[in-house]
Amino acid sequence: MNQHWNILVVDDEEIMRESMAAWLREDGYTVDAVVSGREALDKARESNYAIYFIDLKMPGGIDGIETMMEIRKLHPDASVIIITAYATVDTAITAMKEGAQEYIVKPCNPEEISLLVSRIIKVKNLQRENVILRKKLSRQYSFHDIISKNPKMHDIFTLIHEVSSLKSTVLIGGESGTGKELIARAIHFSGDRAGRPFITVSCAALAETLLESELFGHEKGSFTGASSQKKGKFEMANGGTIFLDEIGDISSKLQMDLLRVLQERKFYRVGGVQELEVDVRVIAATHRDLLQAVQEGRFRDDLYYRLNVITIHLPSLRDRREDIPLLAKHFIERLSHELSKNVQEISEGGLKLLMDYDWPGNVRELENALERAIVTCRSTILSEEDFQFLGKAKNGKKEWSLPAHVTLDELEKQVIVATIERTHGNIKEAASILGIDRSTLYDRIKRYNIPR
Amino acid sequence: MPSIAIVALGVVEEDALATLELSVWETFGFEIQRLPPQENPEFAFDEERRQYSSEKILRSLLKEVRSDTVKLLGVTPVDMFIPMLSFVFGQAQLHGKVAAISLARLRQEFYGLEPNRGVFLHRTAKEAIHELGHTWGLTHCRDRSCPMALATNLQQLDRKTDELCTSCSIMLRETVRSLHRSGYRS
Ligand SMILES: Nc1ncnc2c1ncn2[C@@H]1O[C@H](COP(=O)(O)OP(=O)(O)OP(=O)(O)O)[C@@H](O)[C@H]1O
Ligand SMILES: [Mg+2]
Ligand SMILES: [Zn+2]
Ligand SMILES: [Zn+2]
Repeated sequence: MNQHWNILVVDDEEIMRESMAAWLREDGYTVDAVVSGREALDKARESNYAIYFIDLKMPGGIDGIETMMEIRKLHPDASVIIITAYATVDTAITAMKEGAQEYIVKPCNPEEISLLVSRIIKVKNLQRENVILRKKLSRQYSFHDIISKNPKMHDIFTLIHEVSSLKSTVLIGGESGTGKELIARAIHFSGDRAGRPFITVSCAALAETLLESELFGHEKGSFTGASSQKKGKFEMANGGTIFLDEIGDISSKLQMDLLRVLQERKFYRVGGVQELEVDVRVIAATHRDLLQAVQEGRFRDDLYYRLNVITIHLPSLRDRREDIPLLAKHFIERLSHELSKNVQEISEGGLKLLMDYDWPGNVRELENALERAIVTCRSTILSEEDFQFLGKAKNGKKEWSLPAHVTLDELEKQVIVATIERTHGNIKEAASILGIDRSTLYDRIKRYNIPR
Repeated sequence: MPSIAIVALGVVEEDALATLELSVWETFGFEIQRLPPQENPEFAFDEERRQYSSEKILRSLLKEVRSDTVKLLGVTPVDMFIPMLSFVFGQAQLHGKVAAISLARLRQEFYGLEPNRGVFLHRTAKEAIHELGHTWGLTHCRDRSCPMALATNLQQLDRKTDELCTSCSIMLRETVRSLHRSGYRS
């Protein structure tokens, strides 16, 4: 996952700098390029780069070695690679003594640079993983338990990182099973409040009065069954975070009470006379469209705006299908261990079936489907048959009957269209199903003007 | 009609162009348009390196992009370089419009080996998919058999197939789809 690593290229020669940056960007790194040692230092002060490529000879101002030494003062862990021409190799060797990790002589073999960079990044990845591992031991949920390679999800991770230590309220939206609770935990456990309580309240599960006492607590005898004083979740969350799940489902009375807490961080226990004050960060989640509820008058707009300070909307699983293989692998590892089964992987056909399915229940449904498949699986590999219960005939296939009024050409066209549709545009597969080679298929598609 | 245009910069054999046309069309799903062939890109020749600057080639390709050109691929027999590196198989603008590939180092002959047409054509196709993939914003893939994997030598190039791995093709599909939505075609 190279996009997590930033690289700075420092070279006075524009074409050198830009082509090098472009080449590294293709490898997935985030690359900045600057023209002088001065600018490099400015950049190094404001951001953190994993690797600095620094040209040894830069006219005027500070040269490559000086730049390197200054950068190493700012970031002792950063790797510096000196770029040099043949003529100045000796100086480059001096640079190594001053702390450069490596030097390269331009023009350099592409293989050499790519090995060098990947070696450095590998070490850095390992170091980072160690840090994460250590964090995992001390915190039950690390941010990295959330599995995704989807760019939108990665933007969300970045956002979480930025807001985790703020006190602002966060509203998390997204269909059921997309991981809203997981995100809420990640925010809490990656921020300043990680060592303090994280308290979850499921607002949909309880009747209004019960929910009220659940949130705010009650005094002894305040209602039938209140045989003793009880602390509410807001009190329990003091210093930490309260996660209000399914906030879209609460009654209008509770909406008003919540609004007050959000505004003043003060409330009364049910039946209480003493006002209590807490320091709590609120994270709320809902699978409903709150804005629509506001427009229809079912949800207070003032509460909505209080909640909606930072909004995170989780994409549905069908909008990030690239995560399906990763999640499947993750769940297979975890579940077969938990279920004491020896299922290790999933066949290509099985995976394809999962990729094609629509997942209305999102990641939770995927997790459940894998659990069910693992339980019934008789081998070490999950295959299509293990997922029969997913009901693949979703988009009800029409019965095919032989058309009697068309030309052969028209028939051929229809068959090709249908086959390409079935293979989701995969021409190689379509050609092999049709029993013709790819170039013949290409010709036919051109001839019949078939869209792809 | 929005299309991916292919232009030869110098003498490129018909079978190579036909292979490119087929695989590019197959992978990216756009109409292919072959532009009239051009001369060797002498404007990009570097006296000192005795090679051709891929940057300059890309810049000149940019001038040929027309409103219905979705992407433009230049194919040249000459050996390309960027200043930092001793050579490049190809280069592209990440998220851009143009890409160029050099056939020079894809031929067995370059390494003093017996020519092998099939191997050469296959490499050509993979290199084109790779560079055009970059123009769609794809970066290097970890799947070694995916054409988007980084190849800095022939072994790595030969280990690749000409078919994008699942995650690259999904990402590609998403970008292409959003492009269609924003007005191209349909
Ligand atoms: N990106 C992910 N990586 C790993 N596991 C995930 C991911 N997203 C969701 N899960 C898992 O899927 C299940 C559902 O997630 P979660 O409870 O957070 O969803 P939710 O959006 O709160 O759903 P609901 O609206 O139904 O309450 C959990 O078991 C969670 O661990
Ligand atoms: Mg939930
Ligand atoms: Zn590349
Ligand atoms: Zn790939």
